[in-house]
Amino acid sequence: MIASTSLSAGQIGLREFHSFEAAGRRFVYLVPSAAVFALDDCSAAVLESLAHGPRAEDELTRDLAERFDAADVTSTIAELHRVRALGRADGAPASVPKIIPLQPVPLQTLVVNVTNQCNLSCTYCYEYGEDKIVDTENGRQPKFMSEATARDAIEFALRESRDNPRAHITFFGGETLMNFPVLKSTIGYARRRAAEAGKEIDFSLTTNATLLRPDVIEFLAEERVGVTISIDGPEEMQDKFRVFNNGAGSYAMAAPKIKALLARHRSRPIGARVTLTRQTLDVRRIYRHLTDELGFWEVGFAPVTTAPGRDYAISDGGFDHLLSQFRDLAAEYLDAALQNRHHGFSNIRETLQEIHHGHAKAYPCGAGLGLMGVSTDGNVALCHRFAGSDDHTLGTVRDGVSWEQQQAFLETHHVSSKTDCTTCWARPICAGGCYHEAHTRYGETTRPNLHYCEWIRGWTHTCLEIYGELAERNPAFLRQFDDEDVAEKVS
Amino acid sequence: MKHLTPVNRKAARVEAVTKDVVALQQGGPPQQPEPPHIPHGCSLVFSPGWEADRTGGTAGLCQPVERDLFDCHMGCFWPAQVPDQLNHAPDWTAKCAAAQKDWRKIDLIFPDDENKK
Repeated sequence: MIASTSLSAGQIGLREFHSFEAAGRRFVYLVPSAAVFALDDCSAAVLESLAHGPRAEDELTRDLAERFDAADVTSTIAELHRVRALGRADGAPASVPKIIPLQPVPLQTLVVNVTNQCNLSCTYCYEYGEDKIVDTENGRQPKFMSEATARDAIEFALRESRDNPRAHITFFGGETLMNFPVLKSTIGYARRRAAEAGKEIDFSLTTNATLLRPDVIEFLAEERVGVTISIDGPEEMQDKFRVFNNGAGSYAMAAPKIKALLARHRSRPIGARVTLTRQTLDVRRIYRHLTDELGFWEVGFAPVTTAPGRDYAISDGGFDHLLSQFRDLAAEYLDAALQNRHHGFSNIRETLQEIHHGHAKAYPCGAGLGLMGVSTDGNVALCHRFAGSDDHTLGTVRDGVSWEQQQAFLETHHVSSKTDCTTCWARPICAGGCYHEAHTRYGETTRPNLHYCEWIRGWTHTCLEIYGELAERNPAFLRQFDDEDVAEKVS
Repeated sequence: MKHLTPVNRKAARVEAVTKDVVALQQGGPPQQPEPPHIPHGCSLVFSPGWEADRTGGTAGLCQPVERDLFDCHMGCFWPAQVPDQLNHAPDWTAKCAAAQKDWRKIDLIFPDDENKK
């Protein structure tokens, strides 16, 4: 076999992977392929021995002779070589070609910002707060999207979805429900047009819940609109940042409306989306409150997007604390999953799904590719977080987007251009993180988000352990992740 | 595979695609060891070329580059890439006692200059 012959000629060295243990077994997460393999004792011993430095095959065989047959060691080396867990020590690891899509990628999700106005004044808001990139107050854009522009957005989404049989529309804001009339008429229009085009279309929205009147709830339930509620937890946490213009907290108004929505809207699972800050880091308590007391089906958490030095920015110590809380919730999730019970911690669900498929991402997200955002005037941007920003515009819903511009974006944002990421084992899953976060933090979308690398690696390691546990102890549970077509969540 | 168990879907694909490659390799002709590299003749340009062999070693080769320069200039009758002392440029290295230090003092020589002599 050439694989082993060519190896045996020289020293053998390790290639890139991350090891983890679960259910008493050892695993490797290979980089950059993102494949997960379970090891037997012999392969674990070979990797362990090579961790001290490159060795020749006969040296390895001799070292391990007491524990394993020479033939076993040889075939193990061949297998590990085959999956690229090891290679010739003096040979450069095979480089991964930088492949940019040659033709436009079908649009999966269009995020339509139906308004840039909000009835809340959350202090950390990336749209209104200190780190905003678009002047939503005095800018040239209309405060509300017109019905005509919304219809153009639907046409754009159907057109750009190309061969995809399905299109997803996510309504966003500002506070999305401040433009409920346009939202309502647009859904009717979109259903009609999708039927004519022979496509399925579905809808979701994000809201702060304060405007969920009974007729709105009725409409959302009838139309099977997926709803994500932005809420930060129990009253004292919610009211710290999620406040009205006069500084009054929004919990008292939001909570009863959320309960009413959850009681009536049963056609789609309803999730909460929590923004974590330095002052509100009690993840377990927030989770308990939102699921047990308010009744949410699932809860997702994201650290606040902020320039460094803001009062609410999470510090390094805060990220450590966050990780330990996430681990606690992950352990709860595992217990539930082993008994085939639902657990609503959605961060882990999403990561497990990505591990399950073994996606090795060239880009951190679908922005500017399968996902785009539309501002109130119909400009199409990378994603909803850049909607309205002249520097991040790809085109308009009326005239379409420029493929050249998209390609230029893909060229400069590929993970291989992020030098800091090239030695990180978590890059198949992270690829440098959110462009908007990088823009806010470092002023450039091309930069990797170095301020949370440790946290990403820590969290990915935990998710790999949970994945390994499930693969060993309840593999049937993982089959739910087989389906590729899951609507992108946006936040 | 006997020692590794594919766990996620990507691992299953890695196993599937490499299976064909391995089968091909196993059925292929036995590989000959690479023959040693043996240099023939001078280096083509004035730069370290065959002064180092493929492993980076110098044993058994021509001399290091600075010695090579002098050898070709002085002792070599064969048309070389440096001016030859015997016929055309007797003073070319007059100011260059030690090539490692003085190589900057060696000047270019053009055919015109040679004709004048």
